[in-house]
Amino acid sequence: MATSYPGLESSMDKKSTEYSYDSKIEGDVIVTRIDAALRWFQKNSIWPMPMGLACCAIELMAAGASRYDISRFGAEVMRFSPRQSDVMIVAGTVTYKMALAVRRIYDQMAEPKWVIAMGACASTGGMYRSYSVLQGVDRILPVDLYIAGCPPRPEALLDALMRLQEKMSKQPLLATQKKVA
Amino acid sequence: MAESREIQVRDAGALASIPVSPDALPVPGEESAELRGDRMILNMGPSHPATHGVLRIVLELEGEQIIKASPEVGYLHRGDEKIAENMTYTQFVPYTDRLDYLAPLANNVAYALAVEKAMGIDKDLPERTRYIRVICAELGRIQSHLLGLGSYAMDVGAMTVFLHTFTEREKIYNLCESLTGARFTTSYTRIGGLARDLPPGWTDALSRFCEEVQINFDETETLLSRNRIFMDRTQGVGVISREAAIDYGLSGPNCRGSGIEHDLRKSNPYLVYDQLDFDVPVGSTGDCYDRYILRIEEMRQSVRIIRQCLDRLPGGPINVPDGKIALPPKEHVLTRMEELIHHFINVTQGVNVPAGETYFGHENPKGELGFYINSRGGGTPYRLKIRSPSFTNLSILPHLLPGHMVSDVVAILGSLDFVMGECDR
Amino acid sequence: MAGTARELAERLKSRFNTALSEPVEYRGEITLVVPDPQRIAEVCSAAKNDCGFDFLVDITGIDNYGEDPRFTIVYHLYGYSHCQALRLKTSVSEEHPELPTVTGVWRAADWHEREAYDMMGIRFMGHPDLRRILMWEGYPDFPLRKDFPVSGRPSNVPEVGFTRTAPLEGGPFVTVAGGKDTIAREPRARKPDTEGPEPKDRPEHKDNSSTSQSATGGAEPIEKKQ
Repeated sequence: MATSYPGLESSMDKKSTEYSYDSKIEGDVIVTRIDAALRWFQKNSIWPMPMGLACCAIELMAAGASRYDISRFGAEVMRFSPRQSDVMIVAGTVTYKMALAVRRIYDQMAEPKWVIAMGACASTGGMYRSYSVLQGVDRILPVDLYIAGCPPRPEALLDALMRLQEKMSKQPLLATQKKVA
Repeated sequence: MAESREIQVRDAGALASIPVSPDALPVPGEESAELRGDRMILNMGPSHPATHGVLRIVLELEGEQIIKASPEVGYLHRGDEKIAENMTYTQFVPYTDRLDYLAPLANNVAYALAVEKAMGIDKDLPERTRYIRVICAELGRIQSHLLGLGSYAMDVGAMTVFLHTFTEREKIYNLCESLTGARFTTSYTRIGGLARDLPPGWTDALSRFCEEVQINFDETETLLSRNRIFMDRTQGVGVISREAAIDYGLSGPNCRGSGIEHDLRKSNPYLVYDQLDFDVPVGSTGDCYDRYILRIEEMRQSVRIIRQCLDRLPGGPINVPDGKIALPPKEHVLTRMEELIHHFINVTQGVNVPAGETYFGHENPKGELGFYINSRGGGTPYRLKIRSPSFTNLSILPHLLPGHMVSDVVAILGSLDFVMGECDR
Repeated sequence: MAGTARELAERLKSRFNTALSEPVEYRGEITLVVPDPQRIAEVCSAAKNDCGFDFLVDITGIDNYGEDPRFTIVYHLYGYSHCQALRLKTSVSEEHPELPTVTGVWRAADWHEREAYDMMGIRFMGHPDLRRILMWEGYPDFPLRKDFPVSGRPSNVPEVGFTRTAPLEGGPFVTVAGGKDTIAREPRARKPDTEGPEPKDRPEHKDNSSTSQSATGGAEPIEKKQ
């Protein structure tokens, strides 16, 4: 859990998205940037869109069950609606027949959105080098994180979620929006 | 882009006779002249929480009633049978895990038995291997039914049951991990035996698990069997008549729910099932509630079988002693010439299955999983056909769904308990 | 018990005489060959009504590449009342891969025949809805034929045949089915066009460049734009 979360003391020299908090001076008041606060809210309530296609979906469900509780990270809301979710976890083999549906669902997700390719089949096609399997979901979607394993353990999925939280916390939010506008 | 329309209350007859231009915006409540009545096409798409995988059903609805249903499968077709023609028999074992990925041990056992039947060595299996394979198959049955019932209950509305059954599944995962190395996709059996023997202390852990899982069955029954809402949603819904079950080729709990007393473990016994004492539950009405009760009872019988196997488990080798079939022990491979050659040929060319064709059907948790092996000699099959129970179980949907309401679809799909990895292969 | 299965097979054979071959037993299973594929529906109907084979287990298509007739269709039957199994086989040629459907006998045959059509291209006359089931509508090839490589083939109809070949770097390196001895069964790279029942008649690797199989010139993985 204590992988590379920036310590509060060293947040002074980090990039603009970190928050600064000095308990001696401010007490219960946190002084921060809007970017950092919004990113903190976002990363602690990632709502996944489980694109559970094959065996990896069972490990995804196991990660959501009581032993490897994904709800600790705020991600237990596995709504199957793309409009309400932040990250799409592609768990399982993507075939060419299914690829169209996966792409359409990704397009329906609202910005900002991320993609986790869970398992060997979603990352590179896995052990199915055949005529009907898309060799990696990154041929149709921009993937942020790849998880290896066939299927990956739920701990690996939780580790990926934590790395995604780190990645989210480093991306500037309002600056992107200002650029687009 | 939108043109303003007056919203008027019209009757269905007037609606049907009004010609509408093809590029008009569809407004809910109106339809084109092709459709008569109040029919609506609803697409339960491949990505749906309750379809247990990637199944697409196109429903034609009249109000809430289903008039026509056409399921579309193939969204997980990975080309297993084509891959099997390009692999040796042993190399194909991991692919069998991923067929019915809710009970991978049972698929491994089924495949190994099919290849051994094709080779004619199924009588030569050591006793210990047979008992361990029965334990694996029954563990797979408990695993699959736990998840089937858990997700069925979650779809129907009872979310707690899912968490309870998944806790028991985690215990089975622990057992599988200490036995095979992987929680889930086990690849445990080999042609002519098993990959490795039972680790020390595994049988005690298994008997402890059998005690604990019985409590879980009672809890699940307490939560669901007399639950007013569950009974309303499942009784009388999805009734499959006996004739339809036979005609559509259903097998497993789906056909037993409709009153057909057929279990491959009793009618064509394999491994040591003829020496074990267990009952086969059979339903009476063929509705979703029957199938649910049947699955719980099957799990209890599986625990009974496991207990008997643990009592009778003999010692001894776990592989057929022929070095050309099962890999010889490593210390012999590294020191003796003959075993080295056997090991080399076994790994590069595979076991030699004589030319001929066989079919072996295994009682999987979902139904009858069969492997048809057409061999022309050599280490790879000329044609391997996987007869998957979920494929045939799903073919009854166009016959079963019409007449029900949309919300019953979820209950019916959950009670049929199919898995798309097996259906599409 | 194969004894009872043999009796049922004999009964079926005595009813049809020349339309069925002698029952062949192998590994405890009985196989009957139907030489004329057009009579398969008749035979199946008799098997169901007279001999009690009310459960159609499976319909399989086999591609005998290089032989004539090219396709063999195998029916596995089972009876719930007597718990015996039977296998019926029939063959059709490549020029006319058609035979009558048995959906009138067992409705389970519906999807099995659709799959045989999808994978091999065998047409079933009288089928209520013969269209592809595992691949999508309009896919131009029949994947389980022996001349179709496991990695797929690029097609000339890119709207529907939009699959790319999977990277296999020269083909699967595996032993060949039907090799006579261990020398013939050594694992080699397999190209589907040169496969055949006689491995020693296969030409050696004509071109080692293996261009068609390892076409990895697909789309680059999409980079996320920042």
